[in-house]
Amino acid sequence: MRREGSPFKGTATIAFKEAADHMTSARMHLIMLLVLLTAIAAVYGAIGRITETTAEDPFLFLKLLTEAREPLPSFAALLGFLLPLVAIALVFDAVNGEYARRTMSRLLAQPIYRDAVLFGKFLGGLLVIAIALLTLWLLMTGLGILFLGLPPSAADIVRGVAYLAATLAYAGVWLALAIAFSTLIRSPATSALAALSVWLVLAVFWDMIAPLLASVLAPIDPLDPMTVVTQFETQQAVSRFSPQTLYGEITGMLLNPAARSVGPLFFDQVQGAIAGAPLPTLQSLLVVWPQLAGLVAAMILLFTLAYVVFQRQEVRA
Amino acid sequence: MSTTVIEAKGLMKRYGSTVAVAGIDLSVRAGEVVGLLGPNGAGKTTTILMLLGLTEPTEGSVRILGKDPLRQPLEVKREVGYLPDAVGFYDSMSGRENLAYTARLAGISAELARESIAAALDKARLAEVADRHVGTYSRGMRQRLGVAELLMRKCSVAILDEPTSGLDPQSTQELLELIQALSRDGMTILLSSHMLNVVQTVCDRIALFSNGKIGFLGTIEELADKIGGGAFIIDVEADGIDLSEIGTSAKGVKSIVAGRQGHWLVEAERDVRPELARLVVDAGGSLKNLDLRRARLDQAYNRYFREVVHEA
Ligand SMILES: Nc1ncnc2c1ncn2[C@@H]1O[C@H](COP(=O)(O)OP(=O)(O)OP(=O)(O)O)[C@@H](O)[C@H]1O
Ligand SMILES: [Mg+2]
Repeated sequence: MRREGSPFKGTATIAFKEAADHMTSARMHLIMLLVLLTAIAAVYGAIGRITETTAEDPFLFLKLLTEAREPLPSFAALLGFLLPLVAIALVFDAVNGEYARRTMSRLLAQPIYRDAVLFGKFLGGLLVIAIALLTLWLLMTGLGILFLGLPPSAADIVRGVAYLAATLAYAGVWLALAIAFSTLIRSPATSALAALSVWLVLAVFWDMIAPLLASVLAPIDPLDPMTVVTQFETQQAVSRFSPQTLYGEITGMLLNPAARSVGPLFFDQVQGAIAGAPLPTLQSLLVVWPQLAGLVAAMILLFTLAYVVFQRQEVRA
Repeated sequence: MSTTVIEAKGLMKRYGSTVAVAGIDLSVRAGEVVGLLGPNGAGKTTTILMLLGLTEPTEGSVRILGKDPLRQPLEVKREVGYLPDAVGFYDSMSGRENLAYTARLAGISAELARESIAAALDKARLAEVADRHVGTYSRGMRQRLGVAELLMRKCSVAILDEPTSGLDPQSTQELLELIQALSRDGMTILLSSHMLNVVQTVCDRIALFSNGKIGFLGTIEELADKIGGGAFIIDVEADGIDLSEIGTSAKGVKSIVAGRQGHWLVEAERDVRPELARLVVDAGGSLKNLDLRRARLDQAYNRYFREVVHEA
């Protein structure tokens, strides 16, 4: 079947309208305020710790994002926790909201493909998150320059940008999940609840569920020491079903140049390595490549689900 | 000029076990105004959705200007404007912004859009409130904004689902005039409505839906004819005779109903005024008035659903 024109015709129009809506919505203002306040608190804590402990470190600015002062989490941990909330808040009613407002049939009666609506909503959300992340990062860097009294190094910036890109992919997973729910479920309130439940399970409870599942799937045999390793690996595999875990591993590698591996270290991996010596950025990226690919795959999978359902949906509102 | 613009063949839609549309054939020629009538749940909206490709038919095919709305959606949607029933807009945007957004989606250049939006808002009598949030609009104002969108789009086909619902009498009248103006400009129009006088005023032909089928498709005169009443109704006023007795001998008379003293309503399948006049005079009566009226849709409609559908 030959389709006339690009399936993306109208996507940009919809994406920009969505982004503009988000930027002016009270929903977005509220949640960004929450993110901003906690982020500033986290970085402030980190600055305190850095000035107390380290004097010289080639990656001071990365430390800004990873250092935590009790009881506050680090900026990176905070973002991993809150970003799904931001994504869900942005698009939990992306599709069913149009039905609820009875604008969907009018929208789809315009000469655009249905693809454009879904892509536009997704990109609109992603655009807003990208802008917010960039702003946050610049703000943090600014605070760092102010309080640490020196500019970020080139490696700081390269790794920071890679971290931002990975964070965007992570946000994309949650955007796609929320859009999928908003397509599958007709009531916006219910779809928001469904997305939040998934977030709760994957972000909060998964750390408890993964060991449980692993002990069932790969029980430890007291006589066979290898079963310990097997169980550990099973647990790791199970926990990687959560984007939270994948993202945690990515940030761990990207923001900590000294890290060698996301899993247990075996002797051959450290052989010849100088303890604590930084890994080149590219090497770090290569280590977390599977995790990044996993995030992107999850995003595509969820989006495809939403797409398939939406294409066949009856539009009576 | 009689190219077929909308053509549906064996169109059918099933929702689980319920049949919403049970295999209909419909064809609308260029420049025609066709009205879809029928009780609630008869399948009018479902038919419209299938014509637009907004829902997939279970069976059957649709061609709009020779194109399949499911396979060539862009070509079809570029030519067809649609006003859904209970149309919705983005409440936090003004009426003008809402139209500007659809204009961008429709690929109308910003300059052109600005002019046609202003003109359309003007025609729909929304110019004064155009910059207010749609959230503050009344139901009728939203409906008129929907009409304004159609005017702005300048399509060659318009499909309107209950366009007059929620409109006050004056707006209804204006909408009818707008529809007639569009029709004069050559637009092909399909509309569904429960307001029979609306349909009677603007439609060339009507389709009567019942239980997912089109029971009748044709002009109002043909409908009146089909249900056994005449297409012609003649109001007779005379003295000195009883028209109920003598009038039936005229050829073509279907029924005579006595009204007030000296008044009769004659239904006939053709214009029988000369015959009636002769009969009255021959019987020694004096004829005071002979008035020809067109068949009234509401009468024909009610009779159709009482008699034809009930018997089936
Ligand atoms: N999503 C659905 N699932 C099941 N049945 C449906 C669905 N949508 C519509 N129907 C049924 O299809 C039938 C036709 O509905 P439709 O909306 O086409 O009627 P209509 O002629 O437009 O009525 P109205 O005059 O009230 O607008 C109804 O019996 C309705 O209950
Ligand atoms: Mg309807």
